[in-house]
Amino acid sequence: MKICVLVKEVPDAAVEKRMDEGAKRLDRSGEKNLNPFDTHAIEAAMQIREGGAVDVDEIVAVTMGPESAFRALHKAVSLGADRSVHLTDEALAGSDVCATGYALAKALEGESPDLVLLGQQSDDGECYTIGAVVADHLKMPSLTQVIKIDVNAGKLRCERQAEYGYDTVEVELPAVISVGDAINEPRYPSLKAIMGARKKPLDTKSASDAGIEPDRVGEHGSRTEVLAISPPPEKEPGEVIEDEDTNETVERIVSWLHERKLLT
Amino acid sequence: MSILVYALHYQGDFNKNSLGAVSEAAKLAKELGGECGAVVVGEGDDLSDDLCASLGRYGASKVYRARAPEGLAQPVVDVMEKVIQENGFRYALFGGGLLGFEIGAGLTARLNAGVTMEVTAVKVQDGKLVAERPILQDSAVVDVGYSGEPGIVIGRLNAFDARESGDGAAEVIDVDVELQGHSTKAVMVERGEQRGADVNIEDAEILVAGGRGLGNAEGFELCESLAEALGGAVAATRAVVDAGWYPYAAQIGQTGKTVAPKLYLAAGISGAIQHKVGMQSSENIVAINKDPNAPIFEFSDLGVVGDLNKIIPKLTEAVKAKKVD
Repeated sequence: MKICVLVKEVPDAAVEKRMDEGAKRLDRSGEKNLNPFDTHAIEAAMQIREGGAVDVDEIVAVTMGPESAFRALHKAVSLGADRSVHLTDEALAGSDVCATGYALAKALEGESPDLVLLGQQSDDGECYTIGAVVADHLKMPSLTQVIKIDVNAGKLRCERQAEYGYDTVEVELPAVISVGDAINEPRYPSLKAIMGARKKPLDTKSASDAGIEPDRVGEHGSRTEVLAISPPPEKEPGEVIEDEDTNETVERIVSWLHERKLLT
Repeated sequence: MSILVYALHYQGDFNKNSLGAVSEAAKLAKELGGECGAVVVGEGDDLSDDLCASLGRYGASKVYRARAPEGLAQPVVDVMEKVIQENGFRYALFGGGLLGFEIGAGLTARLNAGVTMEVTAVKVQDGKLVAERPILQDSAVVDVGYSGEPGIVIGRLNAFDARESGDGAAEVIDVDVELQGHSTKAVMVERGEQRGADVNIEDAEILVAGGRGLGNAEGFELCESLAEALGGAVAATRAVVDAGWYPYAAQIGQTGKTVAPKLYLAAGISGAIQHKVGMQSSENIVAINKDPNAPIFEFSDLGVVGDLNKIIPKLTEAVKAKKVD
């Protein structure tokens, strides 16, 4: 079995994210990192490999992004992927969800995976939808927000929380599964794995290498347009207490509650 | 210009967010000079003519009913693709929830369509829909327009209120759809399983909610003691419910319950959007968290930065003492 894990480079959690007002895109300058939600997808792939229910020949990390995104691939490899694919092309810049899903599906077609895993969302775009877009292009069954995967006789038994409680769904392979962050606790890479990551094969592909039609990607190929950016509705900031003396803190909380008649 | 909505149902009732989506689509369609259609998909006997026609009360003029597996997104994508193409719907709109995200995403690929998700409001501008979407943890709002057809709008949970429009029954039209191969390769084994004890948090006037910051399942004892002292109930975040620390019935937020008590006291909860949408209408929000940068402090009325293990036991005692006074 071959597993592809879709990953993304995002601004580091410590960087304050903001919009580039001119380009009407996310300002992606500053320190970057592997999308933290993706580490759960890599860990899920590793647990399928280590679980022994199926032979996993290869785990391949796949990304689409600017030149700098190779670092996210190195991190993915240090966490367990065997090699990686970097789809990168100026023509892809500014792609919306529709265009990005199409481009990623084209990159995956070249790999013919049995299973595609991804995280539930990117830390910057927060779209939750790429998995289902990719799946429809690849004509594969798909589930998102999966918190448990069991592999059995060429099928996946997946659990997730849906609108009315927990659902258990059996999915035939090949499939696209996006995992929730409750699925596992990702491991930390060893120093050896971090050092070794640069030596693992990394394929760099242009849009034409992947067979992508140029008029379906980038800003021109996108079907949505950001018309305006505005600040959120104002909300009065609340009162904040820094707990230094806990007795005093508690006294202040109690009188705050009492003033609002919440202790009757 | 007409708008098509997916209406999710379960055991003979439509989902509240779906009814909200029908109401919103009906209002917008009127402004656009079109009508609101709704798609319902299921295999059970509960999908009766009367149930389907009842969507007319929220403003749907036609209801397209297809017999196909329910609770899964991909069969619905096949149905909506056919209904959109045969009837020329210009937009598809979904209420908040897991399936709406998946169906909307599938349609995006199928129809090479623009999609906007987590939408909190929709307006008509120059005869077209424009979706308002908060981004970057709600620190900015973007207006998104669509080029090409159709445009897909996926609402945030509770973004659209269900409103009875005073209209009569909708026309119910049966649609035959041959499902695509991949749409039949996911099969529901069990749906809607409730895990853990049944607790009622929706009627409580005071809720003490616990998150990952409690450290482990035992940490909920702190919340339970405080809730008892305050005369309230205990709620939980999705993360801790999925981790098995607390029952599913107590979960707040996306896919869980939506509450608006007089007091919502959040212990060790960071305040991710998925949680916020389930409790932001609470009258008074108090948050205790050791991380001063936790998003919950952005929308709490009283924020306490500190160690909940130190604060909550003393707070519980102080509340008890105050009540005796």
